[in-house]
Amino acid sequence: MAGKLNRIGLDAVTYKGSKTTLCAGCGHNAISERIIDAFFEMGVDPSRVVKLSGIGCSSKSPAYFLGGSHGFNAVHGRMPSIGTGALLANRTLTAIGISGDGDTGAIGIGQFIHLMRRNLPIIYIIEDNGCYGLTKGQFSPTADVGSKLKTGVVNDLPPIDTCALAIELGATFVARSFSGDKKQLLALLKAALAHRGTVMLDVISPCVTFNDHEGSTKSYAYVKEHDDPVEEVSFVPYFEDISVDYEPGSTQEVTLHDGSKLFLKKLETTYDATDRIGALTRLHETARRGAFATGIIYIEPDRDDFITQMNLVGEPLGTLPLERVRPPKAVLDEIMDSMR
Amino acid sequence: MSSTHAAVRPDQAHHAKSAVNDFSIQVATVNGSGSQTANLVLLRSILMMGVPVSGKNMFPSNIAGLPTWYTIRASKRGYIARKKEVDFLVAMNAETAKEDVLTLQPGAAVVYDEPLKLDALRTDLVFYPVPFDKLVAPVCGDAKLRRLVRNMIYDGVLAKLLGIDMTLMEKALRKQLDKKAKAVTLNTAALKAGWDYAEAHLTKRDAFLLTPMNKTAGQILIEGNAAAAIGCMMAGVTVVAWYPITPSSSLCESLIGYMKKYRVDSATGKATFAVVQAEDEIASLGMVIGASWAGARSMTATSGPGISLMGEFAGLAYFMEAPAVIFDVQRVGPSTGLPTRTAQGDLLSAAFLSHGDTKHIMIIPSSVEECYEMAQQAFDLAEQFQTPVFVMMDLDLGMNNWMSGSFAYPDTPINRGKLLTPEVLARIGDWGRYKDVDGDGIPYRTIPGDMMPSYFARGSGHNAKAQYSERPDDYVDNMDRLARKFETARKFVPKPEVDTVAGAEIGLIGYGTSHWATTESRDQLREETDVKTSYFRLRAYPFTEHLTSFIDAHERVYVIEQNRDAQLLQLMKLELTPGRCAKLRSVLHYSGLPIDARSVTDGVLALEGFDVATKTARNVEPALSGMTGGE
Repeated sequence: MAGKLNRIGLDAVTYKGSKTTLCAGCGHNAISERIIDAFFEMGVDPSRVVKLSGIGCSSKSPAYFLGGSHGFNAVHGRMPSIGTGALLANRTLTAIGISGDGDTGAIGIGQFIHLMRRNLPIIYIIEDNGCYGLTKGQFSPTADVGSKLKTGVVNDLPPIDTCALAIELGATFVARSFSGDKKQLLALLKAALAHRGTVMLDVISPCVTFNDHEGSTKSYAYVKEHDDPVEEVSFVPYFEDISVDYEPGSTQEVTLHDGSKLFLKKLETTYDATDRIGALTRLHETARRGAFATGIIYIEPDRDDFITQMNLVGEPLGTLPLERVRPPKAVLDEIMDSMR
Repeated sequence: MSSTHAAVRPDQAHHAKSAVNDFSIQVATVNGSGSQTANLVLLRSILMMGVPVSGKNMFPSNIAGLPTWYTIRASKRGYIARKKEVDFLVAMNAETAKEDVLTLQPGAAVVYDEPLKLDALRTDLVFYPVPFDKLVAPVCGDAKLRRLVRNMIYDGVLAKLLGIDMTLMEKALRKQLDKKAKAVTLNTAALKAGWDYAEAHLTKRDAFLLTPMNKTAGQILIEGNAAAAIGCMMAGVTVVAWYPITPSSSLCESLIGYMKKYRVDSATGKATFAVVQAEDEIASLGMVIGASWAGARSMTATSGPGISLMGEFAGLAYFMEAPAVIFDVQRVGPSTGLPTRTAQGDLLSAAFLSHGDTKHIMIIPSSVEECYEMAQQAFDLAEQFQTPVFVMMDLDLGMNNWMSGSFAYPDTPINRGKLLTPEVLARIGDWGRYKDVDGDGIPYRTIPGDMMPSYFARGSGHNAKAQYSERPDDYVDNMDRLARKFETARKFVPKPEVDTVAGAEIGLIGYGTSHWATTESRDQLREETDVKTSYFRLRAYPFTEHLTSFIDAHERVYVIEQNRDAQLLQLMKLELTPGRCAKLRSVLHYSGLPIDARSVTDGVLALEGFDVATKTARNVEPALSGMTGGE
């Protein structure tokens, strides 16, 4: 009973993974479902996808989507380096990395920073619940000041805003969403697949077991209340011929690397997602109000990604034939002569 | 640098007779003063005379202003280990000159900067004062350049005093400075000024001479790091990730240089390689593993501190079975712990790097030629066994210039190991990423994008199908298969080089750069004390079957190492029977300087119950270990 087929002739089931072992109601499961939807709808070939992760609840989730793709569960906080190596070995792969707020903001902050700087073509998702779930609920570096643990412990260290950090460091697609916002998250994920460069997507994803109580700023209730979209995101893939009619001046149109289009519809206040400084200002303003700015916070669609900067041959390096990677004897002779 | 070791017999001191093509020169300078050019020109000109020669740079962890010593050894018998005793000193550094002179043996010669007035220090040396500042002024108009050109003057002085043909020295200079015409002109003038001064003002009174030989025809001069880099390029490396650390940086830097020249498509200008200077060694190894998992031949180079940082990833690579080539150019300790001094101190940490029962393949080159060859073998072994392979070099090998025969172009294709193909899949039927189909412990792997079945790579918690599992039987099965794979590796790692001497009770085991001191020591032992030795040069871990038969064939076996804790010996003890362990003894050298033959000889003799000073056997119970440590 094959369902609807996508543009490469695959059905949605093909994009599913194994059954989740995360807690019922975990925000991460909703994110996995949106990933499945996005990859299916965009018609991405799963055999060309690599799923990467670090360590933690978030990092278990690549097992729960795209079961036919290669996966790599790296060590804690070091998924960016695995992704960098994999994409250098084979530039034709599509890479999606799943991290958590501890995996990124604490042990992995170094690799995160350098990943953003390099603009590696990878979709880097932080499943952000402000705590360490797998080790039973300790605060992570994205926990807000004043947020309270179940045990009553209050966090008094300032949070790391991964979006502000990513913008500062040169990421070319920085977005924030909420695991409960199906529409926005799906649009962002599809746009991410159309972008060539680092996509940093921070998804607030409440931990139902350890951080969903009164006093937490990462609970479902709190996030729903304080979700503050900077624009309304619509995505039109290059292969769909949909004409969109927006009132002039109401919408910012961004053409992505593969020709797909993003339509960012203005809300009460105007917002320019291509303005770095304005983006940082908005992040600070919303944080000061205790709210979450969501949507495409910053986008720079045309900067060269890391692989392009490397000026590599078009084929995957890893499988180049020997005659292309072992110079001829004349080269060795020349080097030997230079040493005499 | 003191050389007060009791080992040298007075009647052996060289000053009594002339020493032709058999002595050492030490140049003491300040780092950052351009002395390296002068030293390499001297080294190369001796090589060009056909005289076997070696050079050792003993330099500080500093860019400019601290003492540095360069020793050059000419040896008609072809010894290229460090010679502890300095025969001919060039004292250019006011800060160390006094101590340098005081530690010389009687009869040694000293060329020194005249204002240092070193000749007042001792009466048993031959002194040659040279007014370097006065000589350099007319040669070099630019006062800023004088400091750099000044050192070339001592090359000219030495050419005259030691008998080096000036045309050879000028040729060596042109070679060293490549095509920089202005620098060649300037330095040639400085050479000439030194020669002219020596000819006019210095009378040869020492015993040291160089005369042409024919022992270096076709030889190259190369650093081990560059040799390894060439090997990597010939092995078809495609992804390199590294973090700068002395003494390994020049390996990757050489490689980048060669790859930019020889691995860029001439038609398109596109590279068939990628190099990333990573944010640290953790990321370096992560990139290497990510790349190899996705099908690339990938590598990194580092030293001890980097090895420590790579620990967690090394274990992951071991359990998820990702190839990785890791060059460890060993140096002494952590932090600012003598980063520019040599050691063989990482054997134990590399062998077991990580947590949870890990064992790694190590291959150990002794020569620059082996750096080149083993670099290629490392990639083959890493892919054949789908595991990290450590190439255990050291600073002495990696950063010093060594003479060598030309490297041979590889005559075999590369071995990419067991990659699953449709044909293999048809043959084996049911594929599992970690299934031992062939009984050798080595499974078949697939790589992303190859259109073969995918799998989920993770740490130790998986079954033969690469599914997540915490079942005890799955864990044990996997651990046992990994052990089986390591056993298979014994048959494929480089075999030792063994020289068994009939009637020898003593066996020596050396590895890496200890080889050169050990072979020279064997001659000393035989010639000075009539002690015959067999020799086993270890080239890899896991050990091959040859180790036990070598130990069985000898009464006492000395393991010669450049570390304090007898790391190789400890590694051997884990596998050997108590009877074999009882035969093992240590000769250890860990001063940060390259090991020398005299230290080995003295260490062995002391343990053999000899009185080292007189080279006579005493009837005493031999000591259990010999630590020559400092000097």
